[in-house]
Amino acid sequence: MDRTKKMSIKNFDFYYGDFHALHEISLDFMTHEVTALIGPSGCGKSTLLRCLNRMNDLIPYSRADGEILLDGQNIYDSNVDVVTLRLRVGMVFQKPNPFPKTIFENAAYGLRVNGLKDKGQIRERVERTLRQAALWEEVKDRLYDSALGLSGGQQQRLCIARALAVKPEILLMDEPCSALDPIATQKIEELIHELKTSYTIIIVTHNMQQAARVSDITAFLYLGKLIEMGVTDTLFTRPQLKQTEDYITGRFG
Amino acid sequence: MEESTISNDPLDSISSLSPEEVQEKAELVASKWPKLNRQRMIMQGVLFGLFKFSAAINAVALLIIVYFLVSRGWKAINWTFLTQPPIDSMTKGGILPCIVGTICLSLGSLLVAFPIGVASAVYLHEYARPGRLLRLIRLGINNLAGVPSIVFGLFGLAFFVVWLEFGVSILAGSLTLGAMTLPVIIGASEEALRAVPDTYREASLGLGATKWQTIYRVVLPSALPGILTGAILGISRAAGETAPIMFTAAVFYSPSMPSSIFDEIMALPYHIYVLATAGTEIETTRHLQYGTALVLIVLVLGLNLVAIIYRSYLRRRMG
Repeated sequence: MDRTKKMSIKNFDFYYGDFHALHEISLDFMTHEVTALIGPSGCGKSTLLRCLNRMNDLIPYSRADGEILLDGQNIYDSNVDVVTLRLRVGMVFQKPNPFPKTIFENAAYGLRVNGLKDKGQIRERVERTLRQAALWEEVKDRLYDSALGLSGGQQQRLCIARALAVKPEILLMDEPCSALDPIATQKIEELIHELKTSYTIIIVTHNMQQAARVSDITAFLYLGKLIEMGVTDTLFTRPQLKQTEDYITGRFG
Repeated sequence: MEESTISNDPLDSISSLSPEEVQEKAELVASKWPKLNRQRMIMQGVLFGLFKFSAAINAVALLIIVYFLVSRGWKAINWTFLTQPPIDSMTKGGILPCIVGTICLSLGSLLVAFPIGVASAVYLHEYARPGRLLRLIRLGINNLAGVPSIVFGLFGLAFFVVWLEFGVSILAGSLTLGAMTLPVIIGASEEALRAVPDTYREASLGLGATKWQTIYRVVLPSALPGILTGAILGISRAAGETAPIMFTAAVFYSPSMPSSIFDEIMALPYHIYVLATAGTEIETTRHLQYGTALVLIVLVLGLNLVAIIYRSYLRRRMG
């Protein structure tokens, strides 16, 4: 299969105040592939993920060095509009975080803030994304109920639908299943399989079985450094480095 | 209580035992439950009782005040009292101009303080970067909260009434009361904004919303019930204050209703003060004083009630 680069990280460093969180990361994400970022807590995988849509800009005293290219354009360039960047690079968070609004308004939020006013179009896009997120059948009769009344797994699929509604090119997922039970987790994983035909997905996970199940490429981070990356099957069966092997076999982490 | 710990069998009830057996089991229990434990439980019981008592004092105090006012003032309350202006050097007639005045001043101060207070809180919590400017602003707000109300009155007189030439008027009084209410509204609004989870903000920004869209569409609606609580507190305080309005808005006696915000007015708290200290017949107007106080407190509680109902409606709607 023809592989094209969607996003590349080049010699990227990130600091929280004096704390050097990411060290010279270089890493490519390919179009229509799922890349998993794994590593022990505090290794910087979530930090890295949140740099890809500049969500870390919100943190005071943080600083980024190096380049992250999206289709060849450095997203840290001063002329890049962060709002547009986040439209192109959507995000799903660790804990399901629907707004305290109706299910419909949650799914329509991204469309509305980006200026779509046509009611028919909004309705149609909401239905399409809810179907895409495999949630439509469960909520079609209660679209105008509060999203907070949904189960955790449904809420997370709603958050995925909400992110998909604005048609991002890349979907970032920060441990999207860590707050969910196994059945909800399975549904999300199946969803990831379907979504990768149209999106480039980057997922942070603590769960190595999950990384093995859903991803094409896996990158292992430790103490803010990229230790090893490769095709998921190879990385899990024949890791090149001792550190990687120790981690995936559960000897530390 | 203690006996029941001896057996888990519900059929083995105390009533089926002889007094000796009960005594025996009680001693067994006493040997299993050290004295220290019982002492600690007694200590806890005493302290919790004290706390409960302290909390109850609040309710009791309000009840006593209300009882006091009702018992002495209810005779003054009738249709004429509520719908007519005072007559015969304020020894007879009603207090309608005072009621209207107090409502005007409360709403006026809210119109002044609510937008400025909420805007300040949004700036302080959502935009401001830590630094000298932020520290200076916070110092200002904290000190504003500590300024005695009579000082606000004098400030209002010097600044709004004289320097800005608003005269003794609803406008000057509302601005003065508004300045006094500001710290309350800012504090409550900031607290409410702090209670909005950051994940809402991140989710919104992650969907390509601007910071302002995030604040306007997600953060403020979630914080609104808390902000309204601040407004409730602020308006109650403004309605009952005397010192800030005595030089800036309220007058001893006014024969007519206000027709514009530049008119001077009568107000309930100031009317009570006047009748009780400077009236022509202090003793014979006692029941009018209590009646006026009763109306004031009912008005304040009524305002609170409306806001509380609206707030709980908002909370329910967000579910």
